[in-house]
Amino acid sequence: MTTAAHPIVIDGQEFTFEPGETILDAARRNGIDIPTLCHLKGTAPTGACRVCVVEVQGARSLVASCVMPAAPKMVVSTESPKVMAARRMVIQLLLASGNHNCLVKGSDGRSYEEYASRLKRAGGDLEPCPAWGDCRLQELAWRYNVTGGRFSPTPPRYPIEDVNPFIVRDFARCILCGRCVQACNEVQVNQAIYQGFRGARSKIVAAGDRPYRESDCVFCGECVQACPTGALVEKDVRHRVRPWETRKVRTTCSYCGVGCQQEIHVKDNRVVQVTGVENVPPNLGSLCVKGRFGFDFVGSSERLTKPLIRENGALREASWDEALDRVARRLSEVKAGSGPDSIGVLTSARITNEENYIAQKFTRAVLQTNNIDHCARL
Amino acid sequence: MTNTIADIEQADVILITGSNTSENHPVISSVVKRAVHLKGKQLIVVDPRRINMARYARKWLRPNLGTDVAWINGLMHVIVSEGLHDQTFVGARTTGFEALRKTVERYTPEYVEKITGIRAADLIEAARMYAGAGRASILYCMGITQHTTGTDNVKSLANLAMLCGHIGQPGTGVNPLRGQNNVQGACDMGGLPDVFSGYQKVTDEGARRRMAAAWKVDNLPAFAGLKVTQMLPAAHDGQLKAMYIIGENPLVSDADLNHAEQSLRKLDFLVVQDIFLTETAKLADVVLPSACFAEKDGTFSNTERRVQRVRKAVEPPGEAREDWRIVCEVATRMGYPMSYADSRQIMDELRSVTPSYAGISYERIEQQGIHWPCPNEEHPGTPILHREQFTIGKGVFNAIDYLPPAEAIDRDYPLYLTTGRLLYQYHTGTMTMKTEGLNEIAPECFVEISPADARSFAMPDGALVSIASRRGRIQARLKISPKAVQGTVFLPFHYAQAAANRLTNAALDPVCGIPEFKVCAVKLEKAA
Repeated sequence: MTTAAHPIVIDGQEFTFEPGETILDAARRNGIDIPTLCHLKGTAPTGACRVCVVEVQGARSLVASCVMPAAPKMVVSTESPKVMAARRMVIQLLLASGNHNCLVKGSDGRSYEEYASRLKRAGGDLEPCPAWGDCRLQELAWRYNVTGGRFSPTPPRYPIEDVNPFIVRDFARCILCGRCVQACNEVQVNQAIYQGFRGARSKIVAAGDRPYRESDCVFCGECVQACPTGALVEKDVRHRVRPWETRKVRTTCSYCGVGCQQEIHVKDNRVVQVTGVENVPPNLGSLCVKGRFGFDFVGSSERLTKPLIRENGALREASWDEALDRVARRLSEVKAGSGPDSIGVLTSARITNEENYIAQKFTRAVLQTNNIDHCARL
Repeated sequence: MTNTIADIEQADVILITGSNTSENHPVISSVVKRAVHLKGKQLIVVDPRRINMARYARKWLRPNLGTDVAWINGLMHVIVSEGLHDQTFVGARTTGFEALRKTVERYTPEYVEKITGIRAADLIEAARMYAGAGRASILYCMGITQHTTGTDNVKSLANLAMLCGHIGQPGTGVNPLRGQNNVQGACDMGGLPDVFSGYQKVTDEGARRRMAAAWKVDNLPAFAGLKVTQMLPAAHDGQLKAMYIIGENPLVSDADLNHAEQSLRKLDFLVVQDIFLTETAKLADVVLPSACFAEKDGTFSNTERRVQRVRKAVEPPGEAREDWRIVCEVATRMGYPMSYADSRQIMDELRSVTPSYAGISYERIEQQGIHWPCPNEEHPGTPILHREQFTIGKGVFNAIDYLPPAEAIDRDYPLYLTTGRLLYQYHTGTMTMKTEGLNEIAPECFVEISPADARSFAMPDGALVSIASRRGRIQARLKISPKAVQGTVFLPFHYAQAAANRLTNAALDPVCGIPEFKVCAVKLEKAA
């Protein structure tokens, strides 16, 4: 039986599908947008959040499209009134499941400033959400025109955990979608966090409910990148960087030889955040602790900013012209006096291909020696 | 790598040796862990430390330091004597099998156990696992190469893969994991004493003539130059008078640092071009400030030979400039004008003289990198090498005998020392040590020791100890760890204040000139 002869029908259109595809896979591949929250690409779907529910003709209840296999002649509605009502209910319940104050009554406009000032006027000790404007739950609330007022919110049960240098865990903003658990266990396979406790006490825990520092966590930050809300945020980014204030530049990580594709987030000519580029090899969005958090060297005050020349035993600042003339003159003198092979060049595994090519050209064509090497052996 | 990173998940058996993958290539370690944990693939780890990857391994074999040729020959002995080798592959695609067979004949599991400490039964089981796999991939790193027998070790792994036909197919191969972001590219671009870009030999007259014509010079030097590990001794002897060092910090990364420092001090003229005033730059006559990766455009080539874009995100600090602009300025002032509008123009020139990069344009790698060799713009690139045949035609088996490391323990220096990197620091630390959080987790040097050794020295965890070899002495805190095996201690080499390389042995591999960072003899004492 070919699927071409027995297609699936989604929103009135017929589509073929591959064996093993879910309704969600088939829909997305054909450009139909079913919203998801807990679904994490590359991991086993859990059907936990119920945001992706769809109506299947003949089924007793709505089904989670991320787990339901596509089947021949299946007739699916992705935005029927029943589906819309269910999604709105799910979103309302999620908004009430903790501190999701982005939609505090009357402030569901699109300006962060307005939101923050209303929050302030409302009194209490409510902190603005660090993920405001970069939150999948907030996006869904807007998309489905839902505010947070229908159910009274559950008060926070667990305090913030931030006794580590990199990641703040705010359990009151956690919707227990489980993406971080999947990122940790099925993508990075560090097996540091898991679902703990039951019912209303449910919590994502590490090492028997200890801080990250005391667990197997290696601070790769995969969980932060997977978190759809403000529950997991980089410590240095939290309340310092808003997504609309940054420019993002895609590049290649400068640490080991894996060559992870990363996005550098820039604010005022400073690198303020690094994230992995999803869906692109070799890393498919993953990074390690160095690639994600080890970028402070770029803007370090210890960077060299001027050429230096040794004079009377000490280094002093010099102009480029003076420094370059000195280098050219001294290398020319040594080359003339002792021969080209009395000069050696170490090029670098840290610089680009283009620069290494220039270094070999300079060494061979200008210095006229093959004394060039780099730290491949070190 | 002969194969790609994604390809590792295709293997039925993965053999990791001399690679502390989860600390040095964390993202690749996740690929391996996914294969094992979620897809039921089998992992063999051969490493002198009980590294984290051993937790995922079906078998962890623990060889004595520097005995790699012996255990690899031992695996091949078992494979050949049990007839598990791929006779079709060996017959059709290789030469030299007879000599190999004769050599490995002596490496019975019992004999190998005596040399390596690996139990005969474990060796046999590992041999059956690797040879019996439909597809098997080998991953290795500096634990294999940083030995006086580094070249032998690598050739032995190639022997093993060819013997079982585990090469040239998805999920197979001999895959070195490269430790620096662009160490592959630096090699590809001729940053080596014997080859132009694209591994064209400087001793080949045709290659020299082509490059001389492209570079518009009358001739180019015809003999291979000095390797880095020969340059410093040459400086020490006074033969090398001047050095131009770009983005390297040999005063932390080289073996036997005391000797390295004396050597650099003897130079008449030293230029260092770097982003920080490194230990090496402090000795320089001229220091040139350069732009870092986030401040420039260009390409890096990763460990799987994938050429990927680097893009400028921020302006360099102060007057710092891209490395290529600085070198071009020096060349121009020496009477050879070098001038390019941007990195793309350099890429176009290098492609025209580097056949393996010829088809890789910036346009083509805008979204996703391409694996070289890529001879023209229609070519899709080459994710897997040696598919139909080896670069040189038939694969050559090298019959290799085991040689012990250059230094052995004795009464005065009773412990073996091996060195490496930590997850939270990188190489000489000039970059990672600027991030407070990384320093908070990995603040200082330590010497990792087994609980049994710590007991026999009667020293508690955290005690400040002095570690000495025949070449130097440093102080560090003791860290009792189940990763260490009795008789061998480990030091990370990142920390200049307690530089492990004051202790390491600069004995070199005779072929490639790599120092034996991974084996030397030391003694431990309570710090004075």
